[in-house]
Amino acid sequence: MKESVNKPILAVGPFHPLQEEMEYFQLTVDGEIVTDIDVRISYNHRGIERLSETLQYDQIPFLVSRICGICSASHPLAYINAVEEIAGITPPDRALYVRTIINELERIHSHLLWVGLGGHFIGYDTVFMWAWKYREPVLDLLEAITGNRNNYGNVKVGGCREDIPNELIPKILKELDLVEKKTDMLTKAILDDPVLHVRLKGVGTLSKEDAISYAVTGPTARGSGIAIDVRHDDPYAAYADLDWKVITQTEGDVFAKAVVRLLEIFESIKMVRQALKKLPDGPIAVEVKEIPPGEGFGRAEAPRGETFHYIRSDGGNRPVRHKVRAPSYVNVPSFKASCIGQHIADVTLTLAAVDPCYSCTERLAVVDGRKNVVHDYDALLRLSREKTARIKKEIGVPEIKLEDF
Amino acid sequence: MNQEELNNRLSEIKDKLINIEQTKDSRIFLLCEAENSFAVSKFLFEDLALRFMIATGIDSEDCFEILYHFSNDGTGCVVTVKAFIRDRENPSIESITPFIPAAEWIEREIYDILGIEIKNHPNMRRLILADDWPEGVYPLRKDFKR
Repeated sequence: MKESVNKPILAVGPFHPLQEEMEYFQLTVDGEIVTDIDVRISYNHRGIERLSETLQYDQIPFLVSRICGICSASHPLAYINAVEEIAGITPPDRALYVRTIINELERIHSHLLWVGLGGHFIGYDTVFMWAWKYREPVLDLLEAITGNRNNYGNVKVGGCREDIPNELIPKILKELDLVEKKTDMLTKAILDDPVLHVRLKGVGTLSKEDAISYAVTGPTARGSGIAIDVRHDDPYAAYADLDWKVITQTEGDVFAKAVVRLLEIFESIKMVRQALKKLPDGPIAVEVKEIPPGEGFGRAEAPRGETFHYIRSDGGNRPVRHKVRAPSYVNVPSFKASCIGQHIADVTLTLAAVDPCYSCTERLAVVDGRKNVVHDYDALLRLSREKTARIKKEIGVPEIKLEDF
Repeated sequence: MNQEELNNRLSEIKDKLINIEQTKDSRIFLLCEAENSFAVSKFLFEDLALRFMIATGIDSEDCFEILYHFSNDGTGCVVTVKAFIRDRENPSIESITPFIPAAEWIEREIYDILGIEIKNHPNMRRLILADDWPEGVYPLRKDFKR
């Protein structure tokens, strides 16, 4: 008899204002309380594992960097780690440091991005504006180093494509000081805000036992008191040479995950500084002849957790199997543990708290086909301000000066 | 658990394995037949408390292989259970989801793309292929034609 009673179902997705990617969460609710959740994914399945078997080893980094725009340094690095393990290649020290620096800059911008989105999800748009503003200089640094704000395309089997020019180091250090200062201000503002404590504490709690049985990784695991971090446990690139600590919190709620990410930004800044200081001289790549038969694993700590790549080679110039596991693949199913028993209003935030991966590669620049960029950032900012001033004048808004506040 | 303890504990399940291969200190492969993979995975997850990372399904030439990757985070060692499914006509393997909830998605995915039946899976539905994808066509098999 009980089975025949229809339970109300609430759909979050496939297109939901708070979920940038296509994901569908079917919530079974009893009043305001969520009693079950069913997740449906793969609206955007691209067949990358199959596609990878048709490409040569040198082409694959460009493919895997497009799995996700935000993790576009960690996916290729995990892949490269796997191939270098099979072939027994040791890249030059400088290449290992360059890889470390790019990956940590990626983590800084990704965590700032999440902090901003987290603020946006609870209607605290000031945090959103701040965090994204402070994220911009980090993307500019990545552009200065690799030529791209995302999809850096900088690693290759045996080393790196582009070096960090020594002239650029003072600029990176200067920008890092600024990012650190601003993030410090932002972190204190968030940690001291009683409203955020009330809103985020005790929400979407993932217990340590559930975190283990769902095998979550990254800040999602570290927020639940599990001190795992590939950079520490199975060091790759230059992480073994650097002095830093794994950040953990024990509560497992959304607040704990936010704290982990905020504090990790400081650790990453510390690591980039150390790596720049120790940056060895020398070449950035070794010559690679062929990949012998065998199988290898590559792991990298992406901003969202452990990225895992498995490669099997038969001695040809293409892999016979390439398995990719992004961190969200194990983090998302943990919603079954963290969302059930929650209020509907807390669920979208809980879903966002594991930072499910989405692609963010668009940028604004008006480009003339034959010449260079005709409108850079400053020009666009000026145009935007001029237009706002013109519209205000047209509709007769009184002129307000910043000093008035 | 350090590397030596891990090696000692792994020898406890030797009778379920075909062989133990070690490519380097931190990479261990446990080769076994499909019918033993359930017991071996259960031992690694429950008795040794290794973290389940993911499983990889592979269409080898004469058999199917499923690789269950576990991580010993204390040492950075990856322990992989390599299970061989010899029956190419009706490939099947026991589900590990009943004791590792984290394996639910990947087992559904392996069924989807390789057509390996996962026995006793609690929630066997398609995961990544479209609802109108034809039955009996498995895109990651070597004989799949686009």
